Amino acid sequence: MTSDQPTVTLPAQRTCPFSPPTEYEGMRQNAPVSRVTLPGGRTAWALTRHEDVRAMLADPRFSSDRTHPGFPVFVEGQQQIAARFKLSLIAMDPPEHGPARRAVVGEFTVKRMAALRPRIQQIVDEHVDAMLAGPRPADLVRALSLPVPSLVICELLGVPYADHEFFQSRSGRLLRRTEPLAGREQARDELRAYLDDLITEKEREPTDDLLGRQVLKQRETGRGDHADLVSLAVLLLIAGHETTANMISLGTFALLEHPGEREKLEADPDVLPGAVEELLRYFSIVDAVTSRVATEDVEIGGVLIRAGEGVLGLGSSANHDPEVFPRPGELDLRRGDRHHVAFGFGAHQCLGQNLARMELQMVFETLFRRVPGLRLAAPADELPFKDDSNIYGLYELPVTW
Amino acid sequence: MRIVADTSRCVGAGQCVLSEPEVFDQDEEEGTVVVLVERPGGGELEGAREAVGICPSGALSLSED
Repeated sequence: MTSDQPTVTLPAQRTCPFSPPTEYEGMRQNAPVSRVTLPGGRTAWALTRHEDVRAMLADPRFSSDRTHPGFPVFVEGQQQIAARFKLSLIAMDPPEHGPARRAVVGEFTVKRMAALRPRIQQIVDEHVDAMLAGPRPADLVRALSLPVPSLVICELLGVPYADHEFFQSRSGRLLRRTEPLAGREQARDELRAYLDDLITEKEREPTDDLLGRQVLKQRETGRGDHADLVSLAVLLLIAGHETTANMISLGTFALLEHPGEREKLEADPDVLPGAVEELLRYFSIVDAVTSRVATEDVEIGGVLIRAGEGVLGLGSSANHDPEVFPRPGELDLRRGDRHHVAFGFGAHQCLGQNLARMELQMVFETLFRRVPGLRLAAPADELPFKDDSNIYGLYELPVTW
Repeated sequence: MRIVADTSRCVGAGQCVLSEPEVFDQDEEEGTVVVLVERPGGGELEGAREAVGICPSGALSLSED
């Protein structure tokens, strides 16, 4: 059954941190391609099945243009903010997207990421040392989840980590759905102004880091300009720390709450890569990012989507689709399946996915090896989950040992 | 079975390298797929099949010839 009458309003809240919003299961069973109501009263389509989400994200007839009036957003006014600046990679379509992605994706290859391993291990160890030397309980978010990926992305991009409080607070405000439009605009403007100045410096004197190398590449190829580079820097800085930080907090929380799974991980380090894939699938922290707008009439899952209509590919629903992931609600570190769409799918699939994988593997391995007595220092149902953010996570995670 | 890689479609996600590093690599500049073993056998073929199924851009396929 499909219905043109919206029955569900999005964004929906999770009632349990370990499960997607409960509405998704009903949608997947009754109307896997559903009409939904978005904030402000606009409507869009929502896809809930793994197959349909993948099909849509791989189909070039769906556009990523976040300034398109039909583009579905969870926060009203998001298109206006996007329209004020040059589009970043996540909002580009062909023919612009391919060359723009290729100009930077070489920085994120599996080999390039593996070369960062020793430095990342050092960063993780230093932060675990500092946590162990400090008072108990500690907030894992401040001690580890946020600083590790922030430092890594800063060193990779060539952004001074000393400014982390400035850009972490701006990214946080930008992602919070409850932040008023004016506040979001201000946060975006301040972050852009900061990175604009930084890029200007790198144009004057190119440094040996990702942004400095992009300056040189632009000169070599004649493709892209200053504003493109600022948009890229904003995207990579936000995406590079917020997502991984939330996965570190949630993954640690899940392992603490599932001692049997934690034992699997501690008993056999070979479980680690698969464990990270399973945690990515299980939490699926970005639901709204994999949205598109149809540029022509397209049938998905037997439903006709008309040109100009917005479509949300609900990643957490797709990743809990029992047709692809049996017993989807069970955390199973030995599941051994990388078909999840936690990094999206199609031409826009996460640029930094191999950095994220490696950081998560190294943090979980180090944390549980070095702090075997790690445990929660607050009741699980009282933890402050990011129910109001476009990226799910934890604001705080009190732990002791 | 022969691996067919369409580098014009490839988006450099690197998922194939994770599936089977003996068979796939990435171009250092553009991150796009480099096939190291065109006709993999045994376990490598299984890894290549997984890579084809996971590839986000549809750049990989297996040909019968």
